[in-house]
Amino acid sequence: MATEAEIYGDLTEIFHDVFMRDDIRLSADLTAKGVQGWDSFKQIEIIMACEEKWGIKFNTRELDALRSVGDLATTVGKKVG
Amino acid sequence: MTDLHWLPTIQDWRQRLRTLPADPATAWESAVALANARLNFVLTNALDETIRRVLPTGPEVLPTKKVRLAVLGSSTVTHLLPGVRAAGLRRGIWIDTYENDYGQYLQELSDTGSGLRAFNPTAVLVALDAYHLTAGITAGMDVEAAQAALIEMQARIREVWRLARDTFRCPIIQQAVLPVHLPVLGNNEHRLPGSRLWFVSRLNTAIRTMAEQENVDILAVDDRAARDGIGKWHDTALWHRSKQEISLKASPLYGDLVGRWLAAKQGRSFKCLVMDLDNTVWGGVIGDDGLEGIALGQGSPLGEAYTAFQEYARELSRRGVILAVCSKNDEANALEPFEKHPDMVLKRGDISSFVANWSNKADNIRAIAQELNIGLDSLCFIDDNPFERNLVRQELPMVAVPEVSDDPTAYPVALADAGYFEGLSVTDEDRERTTQYHGNKARDALKAAVTDLPSYLRGLEMQLIWKRFDKIGLQRIVQLINKSNQFNLTTRRYTDEDVIAVMADRDAFGLQLRLTDRFGDNGIIAIIIGRLLENKDLYVDTWLMSCRVLGRQVEPTTLNLIVQEAAKHGARRIVGEYIPTKKNAMVKDHYARLGFAVMQTDDAGANRNILDLAGFTPAETFIHLVEG
Repeated sequence: MATEAEIYGDLTEIFHDVFMRDDIRLSADLTAKGVQGWDSFKQIEIIMACEEKWGIKFNTRELDALRSVGDLATTVGKKVG
Repeated sequence: MTDLHWLPTIQDWRQRLRTLPADPATAWESAVALANARLNFVLTNALDETIRRVLPTGPEVLPTKKVRLAVLGSSTVTHLLPGVRAAGLRRGIWIDTYENDYGQYLQELSDTGSGLRAFNPTAVLVALDAYHLTAGITAGMDVEAAQAALIEMQARIREVWRLARDTFRCPIIQQAVLPVHLPVLGNNEHRLPGSRLWFVSRLNTAIRTMAEQENVDILAVDDRAARDGIGKWHDTALWHRSKQEISLKASPLYGDLVGRWLAAKQGRSFKCLVMDLDNTVWGGVIGDDGLEGIALGQGSPLGEAYTAFQEYARELSRRGVILAVCSKNDEANALEPFEKHPDMVLKRGDISSFVANWSNKADNIRAIAQELNIGLDSLCFIDDNPFERNLVRQELPMVAVPEVSDDPTAYPVALADAGYFEGLSVTDEDRERTTQYHGNKARDALKAAVTDLPSYLRGLEMQLIWKRFDKIGLQRIVQLINKSNQFNLTTRRYTDEDVIAVMADRDAFGLQLRLTDRFGDNGIIAIIIGRLLENKDLYVDTWLMSCRVLGRQVEPTTLNLIVQEAAKHGARRIVGEYIPTKKNAMVKDHYARLGFAVMQTDDAGANRNILDLAGFTPAETFIHLVEG
C-alpha cells in the first residue's frame, strides 16, 4: 500500500535523478512540455525507474495512455494497490 | 540479477555527485569513486552526464589509455552508451563513444566520408540485434534453405569484421545474439530447421568458431541472459516502443561487460584474490572453535558451501589467478586447517602469500602486494566482515572489495559476476603463474641465506632465452606492453595489431625475453622493440621489464643482446630514450648506468642517450644468453 503523497514523494526523487535537478516540483497536470529535456528517451527512463522502484510492469496500453504526471501517479497507485 | 550487486551502496552518493569538485583531477578521482557504487541506470546516466560536463574530453593525463569505442548497431544503442562510459570510469579509463545512424552500420563502414570514419575508433563493438540477424528466417524453411541462410549470415558478419579491421586496425568485439525469440515447436525446437530461436543458437556457435579464426572477441550477452533470464535483458514491449533490444534496466551491466573487456585489452584485469579465512574460507573462527568446530566439507549445507567457494578459488588459481590469504589470526591457528583439515580444498601450496597476524588488513594487503611484487590495483580482497571491507576500501581504494553477505554461496557468484579477473585467453604462463610466484619465494629464501650477492646470482644458474616476437607470444607481449609501468623507459602502449606490424617491419625488431633459473621459469619478463632510423642509428622504441627480476643482471645482458641485433641491422649507434611518467622514475638513469653517453635532458626529466657500438665491450654477467 502506498498513499498518493508517498507515491508523489518517490516520483519526485525519480524525476530529480533522471533530470539531475532538484527544483522540479511535481503536480498532477505537469506534462513533458513543462520539463526541459523530457523527451522520449527520458520518458522510457522514468517508466523503467518506476517499474524498478515499485517492482511493477506497465503494459503497452497503460504506457500509451500516459499524458501527465497525474496519469503516471494514478497508474502506479492502481498497480501497487 | 542484472544489478551490479558486488558494488557497495554509497550513502551520500547523490550529494557527492551534485557537489563534484570543479578541479579536473579531483573531479575525476571523485567520479571514479562514485562509479564504484551499486548504480542503476538512472544514476549511471546522471554520473556519466555530470563527469562529461565537468571534463568534456577527459583528464589530460591518465595512467590508462583513452578509448574511442564505436558501437555498430542495427537498432537503438544510444541508451547503452552511458553504461559503457561509466564502466570505463569505474576502471579509470576514459571512453568516448560513437554510434552509427540508425541501422546504417554497413554504409558507414564503407563510406569514406562517414562520421564513423571521422571518429576513427580504437575499438569496435559490433552489436547487431536478433531481429535483424534472423530477417527472412521462417518456420517454412527446409534444412538446405536454413543452412544456406546461416552460411550467408556468417559471411555478412565476417564482412563487417573485415571492413572494420581493414579500416581501423583495432580490436573488435562481437556481441553474441540474444535469444529473444519464442519457440514454435517446443522442447524439440532443434528439429525445426527454420526456427528463429534455433537459428540464433546455431549462429552463436558459428560466430564463436569464426571469431577464433579472425581474432575477434565475444561479448557473451547470451550466456549472461541464460544466467539472469532473457526477460531481464530483453523487454518485448520496449522493443516495439523504441527498438531497444537490450533493456535499459540491464544497461549498467551491459556497460560493465564492455568495460571489463576494454580493461582486459589494456592488461588491467585483476590478478590476485586475497581471502580472509574465518567465516570466509570456512565457517566459524578457527582460534575459538578449533579444527573440529569449524564448518567445512560434507555433512552440513554450510560446510559444503564453504567447500564450493574454495573450489571456485582453486579453479581461478588453475587459470592463472594468484591466491593470497590475509587473516586476523595467530599464524599457527590460521595454518592448522590447511595442514590438518581433511576437507580443505585449498592447500598451503595454493597460497602464494600467506599473512596471518593482528595488524590492520590494509597494511597486510600492502605487504602482500609487495611480497608478490604486483600493484595494489591488481588485488581483489574478499572478506565477510563489513568493517574490514570498509577499512580496506577507505585505505586502499584501488583494491577491489566485493560487497558480500555472510552467506558463502554468494561468494563465487560475486567474484564471477563482477568479472574482476576477466581474461581474453589462457596462456601457458597463466597456468604456470602460481608456480612462478612460489619459485620467487624460494629465491628470496636463498637470498636471505646468502649474503654474498655474486655467489647468489651465480648459484641461480640463470638463462635469458630470447626470441623474435611471434604469434604464440602475442597475448603475453601485448599484456606486458600495456601493464608495465615501473620498469618501462618510454611507456608506449601497443595493440595486437601494432605488435603484428612490428613483426612485419624489416627495419624494426621485437624481442621477447624469458628468464629461467634453478627454481623454475619466470616466463616472459622483458620486451624490446628496436627501430632502425634513416641515419642508421638504432632507436630503442620500447624497453620494459618485469620488476620481479630486478637486481639479477638482466639489464646488462639485455643490452648485449640489443647490441648484437642492432649490429645485424647495420647500426653504428644505439639511441636510448627515457620518457618520464608518474611511475617510472626507477629507470631515469637506466641508460647512463649501462654506459650510454647522456646527450640531452629536458626540464620534465626526459633524457636521450647514445651508445657507440665501435667502443662497446659486452658486459660479463652470470646470465647465459640463449636464442630460443
